[in-house]
Amino acid sequence: MILGLDVGGTHTDAVLLSSSGIHQHVKVPTDPDNLFSSVLSGFSKLLEHTDPKQVERVVISTTLTTNAIVQQTMTPVAMVVSAGPGIDPEFYRTSDHYYAVGGSINHRGREKAPVNEMEIQDIAKKIKKAGIEYVGVVSKFCVRNPSHEILIRRILKKYVKQVFLGHHVSGNLNFPRRIATTHLNASVFSLHKNFFEAVERSLLEKGLTVPIQILKADGGTMTLAASMHFPAQTVLSGPAASIMGAIPHAPAGQDAIVLDVGGTTTDISFLVDKTPLLEPVGIQRGRYKSLIRSLWTDSKGIGGDSALRVKQGKLRIGPDRKGPAMAFGGPVPTPTDALVVLGLMDEGDKEKAVQGIHDIARDLAMTDEAAADHIFRSCCSIILKKTFEMIDQINSKPVYTVHDFLEGYKLSPRRILMLGGPARFFAEKIQEMYQIETIAVQGSAVANAIGAALARTTCEVSLNADTEQGIVTAHEEDFAEPISKSYCEDDLIETAYTLLKEKAENCGADPDNLDQVEVVEFQEFNIVRNFSPRGKIFRTKMQLKPGLIKGYESVAS
Amino acid sequence: MLKASHNTGLVFFPAFDWAIDPTHPEREERLLYTQDQVIEEGIFDIPGIIEYKPSLVTKEDIQRTHFCVPDEQSITTESHLISAGGAKTIADAVLNKEVKNGFALVRPPGHHAMRVTHGGRGFCHINIEAVMVEYIRSAYGLKRIAIIDTDCHHGDGTNDIFWHDPDVLFISMHQDGRTMFPGTGFPGELGGPNAKGSNLNIPLPPGTSTEGYLYVIRNCVLPVLEEFKPDLIVNSAGQDNHYTDPLTNMNFSAQGYAQLTTLLKPDIAVLEGGYAIEGALPYVNLGIILAMAGLDYAGVVEPDYNPDVLKQSVSITDKIKKTTDQIMTFWSQRKQMRQAAGSPGEIMVRHRETFYDTDNIFERQKEKIRICRDCGGSFEVDSKATPGRHILGVHIPINACDACKEQAYAFYDKADPAKYQTIYLQDRPKDAYEIKGGCS
Repeated sequence: MILGLDVGGTHTDAVLLSSSGIHQHVKVPTDPDNLFSSVLSGFSKLLEHTDPKQVERVVISTTLTTNAIVQQTMTPVAMVVSAGPGIDPEFYRTSDHYYAVGGSINHRGREKAPVNEMEIQDIAKKIKKAGIEYVGVVSKFCVRNPSHEILIRRILKKYVKQVFLGHHVSGNLNFPRRIATTHLNASVFSLHKNFFEAVERSLLEKGLTVPIQILKADGGTMTLAASMHFPAQTVLSGPAASIMGAIPHAPAGQDAIVLDVGGTTTDISFLVDKTPLLEPVGIQRGRYKSLIRSLWTDSKGIGGDSALRVKQGKLRIGPDRKGPAMAFGGPVPTPTDALVVLGLMDEGDKEKAVQGIHDIARDLAMTDEAAADHIFRSCCSIILKKTFEMIDQINSKPVYTVHDFLEGYKLSPRRILMLGGPARFFAEKIQEMYQIETIAVQGSAVANAIGAALARTTCEVSLNADTEQGIVTAHEEDFAEPISKSYCEDDLIETAYTLLKEKAENCGADPDNLDQVEVVEFQEFNIVRNFSPRGKIFRTKMQLKPGLIKGYESVAS
Repeated sequence: MLKASHNTGLVFFPAFDWAIDPTHPEREERLLYTQDQVIEEGIFDIPGIIEYKPSLVTKEDIQRTHFCVPDEQSITTESHLISAGGAKTIADAVLNKEVKNGFALVRPPGHHAMRVTHGGRGFCHINIEAVMVEYIRSAYGLKRIAIIDTDCHHGDGTNDIFWHDPDVLFISMHQDGRTMFPGTGFPGELGGPNAKGSNLNIPLPPGTSTEGYLYVIRNCVLPVLEEFKPDLIVNSAGQDNHYTDPLTNMNFSAQGYAQLTTLLKPDIAVLEGGYAIEGALPYVNLGIILAMAGLDYAGVVEPDYNPDVLKQSVSITDKIKKTTDQIMTFWSQRKQMRQAAGSPGEIMVRHRETFYDTDNIFERQKEKIRICRDCGGSFEVDSKATPGRHILGVHIPINACDACKEQAYAFYDKADPAKYQTIYLQDRPKDAYEIKGGCS
């Protein structure tokens, strides 16, 4: 049996399932100040009637890191960055303990200026004196040559508890994002470690001995041990859980939109032939941009509990939440009240809902019924407008080859899958308004926990081979090997596959689920000097795609 | 926080799967290291910098500028259409005021492609800036446009296309034609009889450094622009003046390019040449992008940059000053030169020979233009390529006066189909292109 648990903003959902279906489902309120107790009560309730020995897999998704970022309760850490020529690294300052140091590596990975070891030593002493225990080290182009980061770590590690290196977070280029991601990693590390070690201990006490898997933002899982190297990957795993839960309901061979209508926000994402679309570079939310692999999601500040108000004769929905709907004892009218007034939703105190909507209707000079309908339609159209904007954005993403330009895949979803409390009401309205087939996913209230339970392990490797310099590298995996002049595409793909498999198994992948490998990128270039060929550069990225583990296709449907 | 002072548009199209041939300088990897640098610097994440996907130019877009022989399809590949399309995309973004300025980092380049194009010349097949400028004039009605070509090679294609156009100011600064392909671009080449002085060619001696380039910008280009008062400034931003470029002999630097961009303030910059793909392009492009976006570029310095070694000699400085003074004298006399060129209504004949180094074609032209004080003047070009075809192209300028329109129709009607394989009419006022079949 598999146990999946998803800590959401308001509720924690947990399911116990096997290949024959869902055995049990529990929902407990989330205590944002004590997530540990929320996790534990979820587990305790599920295991009341189950023998822990029968549980073969445990997957947890939490808002731990997300909350820490939002509430700014991260551990203070130091950053040491080495930039070389280019934009002033001062722009990417993360805190007072941010040190831009000498040393430079160019785009081919060649050293252009050495690290000044004395300078690093002085900084190490300052960091120690300030009582800082975690440091991130990032050098520009470290994904081409990490030697400066490694050297700096060697000097720093005598002075601090742990050093996090930029080239370990991603094989992608992007120095500012690498700084932000490495900083986040270092900042959430102790929080993540303490939390999950406590969870692991408690589960052991309950007799759950299988290794814990943790859900990542890309909709895949990793083992607890693997998560310690890159805890920041757990940020935004919540939306990922829901999307993964929608996969069984997605059409094969087609594109689909997934809308998860929550209390405060609606998460928007996309599935292509049952596979979720990934962010091209990494998670971004407003000004915050990272290299964390993530599903392509965005959210709109509209949910069932969004506060409604009228400003200058116009309806405003959200983005804030003042509490539940008035029908459920809340202080201000919400879209849920509109659903109650329209007679769509039977639950709740209709009188209170009417009272709330009436104020809005008066300010809009409409009848209560008309105002409720206007609110409902506005919610649908705002969400859909944002969705269409995202599709345009995805389809207008620049490409860099003539081939991709001419053959570029265009996302054109024909179906919407709706999740969340009010999904069934929205589905009907959206279909009526937009003539797009819209389905409320059955049992969508637990889709998130199912998604977490059934998510496969994912990972990605990036390789760079340079036959002029005679080396193939995957610095993210601490891999480098000499190659000959005759090294070719097939060799690179073979190396990539070996590394990917190894990485996947280290992250806890089941060997039966290693066939969803995809070459995300492959490029080959001639290196020419003075009109004669000197070698080739090959680049590839290979991934284990996000998806569901085998044998459970029928569980959710 | 890092934020552009205004919106700047970028089209980045490195055409990673297109090359003239595998070891040609104009090959797949040319912008690879630039891409690496730009992405590692996180350029596309900077608020205010907007990346656009290039569009394709259409046959009609090309027909405003070129007589493609025998037709557009035979001269271009998709890559050329996307490259020119990238420039067009930036033009739209700038003219629709989505961005204040923009840079099309595209390849293949275009500034050696002339109005009549039988094939590839100097790695160029169609002139991407010219196609863009003619699109802007038709789509947005802009009248006065300045093109400043800072590529190290004379922008002879653009020069040819706007040779007779008094409303397009073309200034090319380049390595002296006596030492460099295409061997033209001397100060005396000032434009056709109706447009004398609206083409300015500034040859620079080999060894010119940042100091020399910025001297010309400050003492010639900027004062001329000040007087010309263009509605739009385009920079053909070739990057082969760099001290590491394998094809040229200049001493320009990434800092110099960025400063040049800050001084020139182009509305649109379009990448042209530049073949020091590892040591120069990543830094030069980064410098230009930051300068366009109004961001600090003080840290954009090549790892091996040594200004002392690159300092230009006193004799070079003197030569540049002399050339600049000469150009300024020509510019101040442009009206008198146009008066002296001939009397209105007169037909003036010019003979030229052009060699297409990329495709090994030799072309002979005989051009007839109507002298006119009211517009750029209609003209016909009789062009015979070896190997290749014999064609006649008739051009009516966009703001043509009635007399010139009549003259052009007369050229077209009188053209003998027995003599030419194809006869073309480029009717800019009507934004139309007509073809008359000839002998085959």
